[in-house]
Amino acid sequence: MMKYLNIMCVAVLATLMTACGGSKGGEQTTEETEQVVNVYTHRHYDPDKELFAKFTEETGIKVNVVSASADELINKLEQEGEQSPADVLITVDAGRLYKAKNMGLLQKVSTETLSKNVPAKFADPDGQWYGLTFRGRVVAYSKERVQAGELSTYENLTDPKWQGKVLIRSSSNLYNQSLLASIIASQGEEAAAEWAAGMVANFAREPKGNDRDQVKAIAAGEGDLAVVNTYYIGKLLTSDNPEEVKAGEAVNIFFPNQDGRGAHINVSGAGVTKYAPNKDNAIRFIEYLSSPAAQSVFAEANFEYPVHPEVPAAALLQSWGEFKTDSLDLNLLGEYNEQAVKIFDEAGWK
Amino acid sequence: MGIALIIATPIFTILYQLSGPVSDTWRHLYDTVLADYVQNSLLLMAGTALLAATFGVLSAWLTAMYDFAGRRFFEWALILPLAIPSYIAAYTYAGFLDYAGPLQVFMREAFDYRPAPGALDIMHLPGAVLVLASVLYPYVYVTCRSAFLNQSVSLLEASRSLGAGGLRTFWRVALPVARPALVGGLTLVVMEVLNDYGAVKYFGVPTFTTGIFRAWFSLGDQQSAIYLSSLLLLFVLGLIGLERWQRGKARFHPRQSHHRPLRRQRPRAGLRLLYTILCALPFVLGFVLPVGMLLYWAVIASDKAFGANFLPLITNSFWLAGTAALLICAISILLAYSRRIEKSRLIPLMTRVATSGYSIPGAVIAVGVLIPLLWLDKGILIEVQKMLSGARPSLLLTGSVFALLFAYHVRFLAVGFQPIEAGFTQIGQQVTEVSQSLGAGKWRTLLRVNLPLLRRAVLGGMILVFVDVLKELPLTLILRPFNFSTLATRAYELAADELLEQSSGAALMIILVGLIPVLFLNRIIRKSHDIHS
Repeated sequence: MMKYLNIMCVAVLATLMTACGGSKGGEQTTEETEQVVNVYTHRHYDPDKELFAKFTEETGIKVNVVSASADELINKLEQEGEQSPADVLITVDAGRLYKAKNMGLLQKVSTETLSKNVPAKFADPDGQWYGLTFRGRVVAYSKERVQAGELSTYENLTDPKWQGKVLIRSSSNLYNQSLLASIIASQGEEAAAEWAAGMVANFAREPKGNDRDQVKAIAAGEGDLAVVNTYYIGKLLTSDNPEEVKAGEAVNIFFPNQDGRGAHINVSGAGVTKYAPNKDNAIRFIEYLSSPAAQSVFAEANFEYPVHPEVPAAALLQSWGEFKTDSLDLNLLGEYNEQAVKIFDEAGWK
Repeated sequence: MGIALIIATPIFTILYQLSGPVSDTWRHLYDTVLADYVQNSLLLMAGTALLAATFGVLSAWLTAMYDFAGRRFFEWALILPLAIPSYIAAYTYAGFLDYAGPLQVFMREAFDYRPAPGALDIMHLPGAVLVLASVLYPYVYVTCRSAFLNQSVSLLEASRSLGAGGLRTFWRVALPVARPALVGGLTLVVMEVLNDYGAVKYFGVPTFTTGIFRAWFSLGDQQSAIYLSSLLLLFVLGLIGLERWQRGKARFHPRQSHHRPLRRQRPRAGLRLLYTILCALPFVLGFVLPVGMLLYWAVIASDKAFGANFLPLITNSFWLAGTAALLICAISILLAYSRRIEKSRLIPLMTRVATSGYSIPGAVIAVGVLIPLLWLDKGILIEVQKMLSGARPSLLLTGSVFALLFAYHVRFLAVGFQPIEAGFTQIGQQVTEVSQSLGAGKWRTLLRVNLPLLRRAVLGGMILVFVDVLKELPLTLILRPFNFSTLATRAYELAADELLEQSSGAALMIILVGLIPVLFLNRIIRKSHDIHS
């Protein structure tokens, strides 16, 4: 019996292996005839796919994509090591780019095009990653119940007058972790812990749902203020569901800390992997994504702010006005990430 | 044995990591949030198990034993919620009930009634129990139904002739006999609850699995994450062991000489209506409501929801799920059978380890799969490729669908194994022994005696695995080769981007594709039953 089982299992494995080997041949191997760039990305927006197709059209380089969460992709990169097929890593958070850089998974790249297209404040000082778009984490407030004059800073949200009014999602959320990391970076750990505790004391409800749900909760009257990313408001306002549009229209946007360090921003960015088998293609790919043509696609389709200084943001974003952005080194968002999570846990921010 | 060992490799990889030192992260989690997480997980698990058992056993018993309006429909329709990924069910429930959802809009527009803020909120622990039980009860339904259909008619008749009513017969006779099936189904429910991340994350109910991800991703401590996973694993193994121990020496060997048809009773009108309602309830909660909401979204965003080309997605999903279902069930049969004919103590232990993968979050399994496969890839296959050609070698196993299929085995072996194991238990040992004593070899006995008797259980297992693979997400996301998408990854990409309306198209496709095998196999099951009758 044992023997049969073992033989069978070897047979099954063998057939599977040949099957897989055969079916995948053309997909990812670098054949001399076909130029490719292999991309691990956390961005799974449809406009990205159109951009990739355009890149292939213009350069003849085929874009192979695996999309999953940045943390898992970083883990995969680490496991694969020198044999990794990946050329480019794209994330939606500077903290993850810092993590990959810190683990030695990225390599330094510097080209004229990149330094022209991506302002220094949106890129890694060592040239290991470049931001492609940025988004603000801002305050959405009820048009009915709150005056813009009552708002000022992130710190002000912990004022007892907002008790039972503040909506925000869970501390598992990357954007919240980065926001707290930025507070640690500018005010120190103690102040950050106080801020987290103050926020928890003002929660309108236990953190739950996504950014859109926070805005809908304002419309429903569960709270008055919500901390959300800019592009979710854009998506809510252009939703196919008219009721969601109404919910989006019930709030205004406020950019905090304009008299101080500026509103917290985060970038979605890309880096060339350390063992990239197609390094030249990878660089061309990132250069393309930072080009004005690609940048305006990001801006229009997804309500993200383009990093390219000459590309205008979407009309909706422009209607909210210019705002001052926090100018801290975005690598710090990654560096303080762990501390931020620990502070959240200690503050009881679920 | 070899198979069990191979499938258990990733699990051993995970367990092996236990030997490492305890880190600061572990201490931090222990000091702050772990107690909360454990409590939530236990409540979620107990609540969902209870509700799913109620839904599943009740509907299985009614459809097996009684004739009432809609019975033939419910027989197969009750399986359908299985095709709905639990995180999508969570989104639909929240979407249905929230401020911009159809219910509140209707209340506002028709009656100008505004419920108090938060009154219709479902995003909390009891809400998660309801949502999870509504889509997971079919595991119990499928296993119990085949147990009730296969039960000994003489036993039931004896009970009735001794004056026991329908309810009493159910509690004292049918349910105890169906216990292996119920436990098999419930084990799947509990494991599924423990590995769920999407639904609980959205509902803001941090569980043990949240802790795993927090340790791994947020705190960058894979060691602690794997440590937590192993604790989860040990907990599940302990739970199964506890049930075995409590079941004690009771054996389930029905001693029927031949299979007599089970004649369905036709109760009086009032009861018939009640039975219809009782069967409709889980079906509405687990299928009609989520699918209705998806359809509502699809109509709202019709051009975007169905804009993509679904054909390659459907092909990928279908053949992945089909291949996995066939292989996993074949392996399950071999494992369950060898447990019975081999006297080795190692085999039961190995199968238990190999089937415990179902309780582990997919992302952690992915690590357990990647480590040994990459070792094979780098250590052997790359060298072989170098010898064969000069080109840059590629990762053959982890760069192809192989890794994915292998990971499905690690994760879903339990899903195929539980119903088949329950089937074997119900056939009993005598058939095999008699067959062998008449001179039939082991293989002949399996093929000619056991398999025909097991047909229903095997088909049940195949449906479960097929549908489970169809909706599987975390493993597929991270282990898929380049440019490979399935319906589940497509639905997720949009849902993760908070574009629920647009994701409804792919989600509906998952359900539609899931219906095909369910309907097809249900026909076969019904036919095989009619032949018996």
